Amino acid sequence: MSLGRVGLVAVLALPALGAAVLAVLPHRIDRAARITGTAFAAAAFVLSVLLALGGDDNWFGYRPRTAGGPGVRPWHELDLTWVPGLDLRFHLGVDGVSYPLVVLTALLTLLCCAYTAWRVPAPGRGRTLVALLLVVEVGIVGTFLALDLVLFFLFFEVVLLPMYAIIAIWGGEDRQHAARKFALYTLFGSVLLLVGVFTVVTAAGTADLVDLTGGGELSRGTQLAAFSLLAIAFAVKSPLWPLHSWLPDAHTQAPTVGSVILAGVLLKMGTYGLIRVAVGVAPEGARWAAPVLGTLAVAAIIVGSLVCLAQSELKRLIAYSSVGHMGFVLLGVATLTATGIQAALIGNIAHGVITGLLFFLAGAIKDRAHTGALAELGGLRESTPRLAGLLGFAAIASLGLPGLAGFWGEAFAVVAAWRVGGPFWTTLAVLAALGGALTAAYLLRLLRRVTHGPATPAVLTLTPGLAGAELAAWGPLVLLALAIGLAPTLVLGYAEVPVEALLEAIR
Amino acid sequence: MTGAQTLGALLPAVPFGLALVGLLLPQRSRAVAAGLGIGGAAVALVCAVALAVTVDHGGTESAAEWIDFGGLSVTLSVRLDPATALVAIAVAVVALAVQVYSVGYLHDDDRYAPYAAQISLFTAAMLLVVVAGDLIMLLVGWEVMGICSYLLIGHDRRLPEAPAAAVKAFLVTRVGDVGFLLGIVVLGVSAGSFRISDVLAHDFSPGTLTAACLLLLAGVAGKSAQFPLHTWLPDAMAGPTPISALIHAATMVAAGIYAVTRLFPLFERAPAALAVLGVMAAVTLLLGALAATAQDDIKRVLAWSTVSQLGYMAGALAVGSPPAALFHLLSHAAFKALLFLAAGAVIHAVGSNLMSAMGGLRRPMPVTFWCTAIGLGALAGVPPLAGFWSKDGILVVAEQAARHHAGPAPAWVGWLVWIAGLVGVGLTAWYAARLLLRTFLGPSRAQTHPMDASAGIDAPATAPAHTPVGPPHDPPGLLRWPVLLLTVPSAALGFAVFVPPFRSALALDEAHLDAFLIIPVALLLLGAGLAWWRWRADPAADPATGLGPLRPAFARAFWLDEVQHALVVRPVRALGRLARRIDETVVDGAVEGTGRSTAGLGGGLDLLHRAGVPRAVAAVLAGALLLGIAAVALGGSA
Repeated sequence: MSLGRVGLVAVLALPALGAAVLAVLPHRIDRAARITGTAFAAAAFVLSVLLALGGDDNWFGYRPRTAGGPGVRPWHELDLTWVPGLDLRFHLGVDGVSYPLVVLTALLTLLCCAYTAWRVPAPGRGRTLVALLLVVEVGIVGTFLALDLVLFFLFFEVVLLPMYAIIAIWGGEDRQHAARKFALYTLFGSVLLLVGVFTVVTAAGTADLVDLTGGGELSRGTQLAAFSLLAIAFAVKSPLWPLHSWLPDAHTQAPTVGSVILAGVLLKMGTYGLIRVAVGVAPEGARWAAPVLGTLAVAAIIVGSLVCLAQSELKRLIAYSSVGHMGFVLLGVATLTATGIQAALIGNIAHGVITGLLFFLAGAIKDRAHTGALAELGGLRESTPRLAGLLGFAAIASLGLPGLAGFWGEAFAVVAAWRVGGPFWTTLAVLAALGGALTAAYLLRLLRRVTHGPATPAVLTLTPGLAGAELAAWGPLVLLALAIGLAPTLVLGYAEVPVEALLEAIR
Repeated sequence: MTGAQTLGALLPAVPFGLALVGLLLPQRSRAVAAGLGIGGAAVALVCAVALAVTVDHGGTESAAEWIDFGGLSVTLSVRLDPATALVAIAVAVVALAVQVYSVGYLHDDDRYAPYAAQISLFTAAMLLVVVAGDLIMLLVGWEVMGICSYLLIGHDRRLPEAPAAAVKAFLVTRVGDVGFLLGIVVLGVSAGSFRISDVLAHDFSPGTLTAACLLLLAGVAGKSAQFPLHTWLPDAMAGPTPISALIHAATMVAAGIYAVTRLFPLFERAPAALAVLGVMAAVTLLLGALAATAQDDIKRVLAWSTVSQLGYMAGALAVGSPPAALFHLLSHAAFKALLFLAAGAVIHAVGSNLMSAMGGLRRPMPVTFWCTAIGLGALAGVPPLAGFWSKDGILVVAEQAARHHAGPAPAWVGWLVWIAGLVGVGLTAWYAARLLLRTFLGPSRAQTHPMDASAGIDAPATAPAHTPVGPPHDPPGLLRWPVLLLTVPSAALGFAVFVPPFRSALALDEAHLDAFLIIPVALLLLGAGLAWWRWRADPAADPATGLGPLRPAFARAFWLDEVQHALVVRPVRALGRLARRIDETVVDGAVEGTGRSTAGLGGGLDLLHRAGVPRAVAAVLAGALLLGIAAVALGGSA
């Protein structure tokens, strides 16, 4: 077994092991347990970064492709028989599309574990929270690594229950309702995913994504059906307007670390699935549905921004902003061009970094001021200038300022739509660009309410300092938002080859 | 990379790096922050001067790939020529003056460190626009400048209107930037590259080119405060006075004009876009000048005069003369920075922005008086100060476009720009004279401040930025030297037209001293004379009373703010509320309703299953009977 294969297994096994260890550790050494969990998350993060080594098709060693190869060409691949009777295989692999997402997942989990090691949200039991975070990491990373459709589905589902528990136990006042809504709504998507997966598997006789990509074996009718089912399932997760309404409740009620994971990487399972599974397996269906997908994506951008303009609660506003940002990502995917899919990939990562940071900051503000109502916040820069400065940075990054991470995905989604040409896509491009102005409007409104003006009573009593753990959790995200903005190659350097391979396969 | 290219890359890189360091400093570390800020501007100035010396006349360009989006490549490149170097010098000089001035002006501000770093970032962004050889790079600098202006305009915590003004500045320009981004997209997608030299070399279809140029003009209108996106600029006065100098002189508003000169070969082939630009320029020029006549806030007079002067520059572009526009941009940068910094000294001394609280400051503040007088003379175009030559250059090209149909735009555009420009000369002279007379001459009105009758219709009386200590006096050295430094180019830059290297750098024609020169000079005398005559009759009264019933319209700039509020801001807000309601009641309501009705259905079925023993027994027996009948029927048929 090569080192790469060991790495693939270890990235999944380490957090699982960590969760198991935490489960058996005694209750009274809660803090030590949290730190142990953080150590496992750190080890998993280091391993996930190292996955890039040794691949001969990536950044470090470009190998010219042979024409007509498969649509997925992982750097490292592990293919074991799992349940021979059902022809299930344990097939993992990493390539330039999944690699940045795997690293982002491992990073955000590490930051969330470290944050929890410092502060446990009410009602305590931080050990369990860290363990659940690690289980969620297994599910998300597994989803990004799986190259077998059934395995993909299994990992996709692993995430659901621990996330439900995180919201239902550590969430805000209305946590039960939000958690139930999240679980049931995404379960509805999962049912469609299951039907879609088995439609494909029975029609093609294999569940292997490498073989399936390109959709050559499937009839047009099967592809249309499969794409519709898969796309709706992923649209619930992404979320795509109008299937988004679980998101504001879940994000608002979830504890800080839950919101960060939810917005940062959980939503990306939907967009990743759309690119790798739905588009890859049923390209004809994708071409058929692209105009609908594009229209809904632009509707998400506009509606999401408009709703944000009228929001009165901090976390809810940031949650809704995800609807708009993911709209840009989905618009990129809907164009089915190299430009659009690359824009979607970098948009995914940028949104994960920036919105993760925004939720961390919103959580810090709510923890301190004990309110998230915009009307009761104000003048944050008077009492806690550093926190206000960071919030300003995150909001500016989120509005897609050129030079920061958010710009590339949004601007090039517009470019991709324009490049498709024709009155329909040109209109979508113009509307999406206008959505960019609305995005700026609501984020500046947020800053004006929260940071400017005289300090409100809720804000006046805050102490200016930031804890070391907070800086440690936020610092990497701040740096990444700047670094990806200045050097988008950090994300896209890996993606160019696999995206071209995918597009070649589905042509 | 050649030496010039390295210098070009260093121009934005050094202030940017120092700005990042400055943003991490503790808020109260004044000395280090000041050192970083001044150092960044000074290094940029040295680089710009060195660039002016070394750059070839034909220009030079470097390129390295930044990122490739599915075959559309974005490059990191600098595109340098002598005009670039001159604009970079202007930016660096103004930035340096503003940094030094700010040390004194914000001596008691506890958030000086981020302020100085933001100025450095602002400078870096403008320099990036100046040297950028790729449209996406240009866009980066363009928007970073927008966010810096947002941050700096909102800096002063004592002004309640500052946050709103900051948001307005960013959003109005951002609306224009939607067009700018789309324009770049059209050009980049058609040319297959965002590199400026590739775009300029590409052969666009006329329709595409006109569309792209019009879209770009939306962004230019936003940044360079052209009608109808000019509304943010006067409100931006809520920023500290040095920031006003920075925004109005060499950064931000200059970017739009400069970007058009960079892409002028495209505009030259799109006369329709030039015609639109010409109309926009003429309206802006007159609108700004008229609005400037009736303001009471000294900074607002200067702000509206900037709007008007930007109209001149845009007009020069519209009649096909980027050199004339750039020359006016340079001289305007000098005298407008001078005027704002001098106005800051006055405000510092008086403790108010309102001219109704000034008057008679010539004797206590002689240095400021003479500097302001030179700046206003340059603004109005008094020979032989800088503004006279640069404005005359614009009037000459407009006259040639009008009368001899020289240049790419239709002749009527030439007539429009020329006549608007001439009217503007008279108006400028009138309001410049009024500003000088009201502020420095006549009796002092310091005691009658702040609520005299005339203040009511003007801008809302702003809280004094500084509480003056003792009687008015000339500012201390840190504030005085930058002002004196800027007096030199304000007075003498015009003579550069007689220096061949300068002329060839801008591709400027020789100065025309012909009979048509008499018209603007006569109008200048007329405007200034009318103001003086009115003031002479009653030195205590505002010459603006002579405007009669037009005064409120001018003071409120024809209520365009209110129009914008009614037509854009309120509908968008209402739409937001509507979207939220629909999202919560319809979209989410359907989801919640599904949940509730499922639960209700379950409850109903549950009730049905809860029955007493007799009914349950009857149901079981009935079921058994039915099954039996079914079995018999099916078995019988088999």
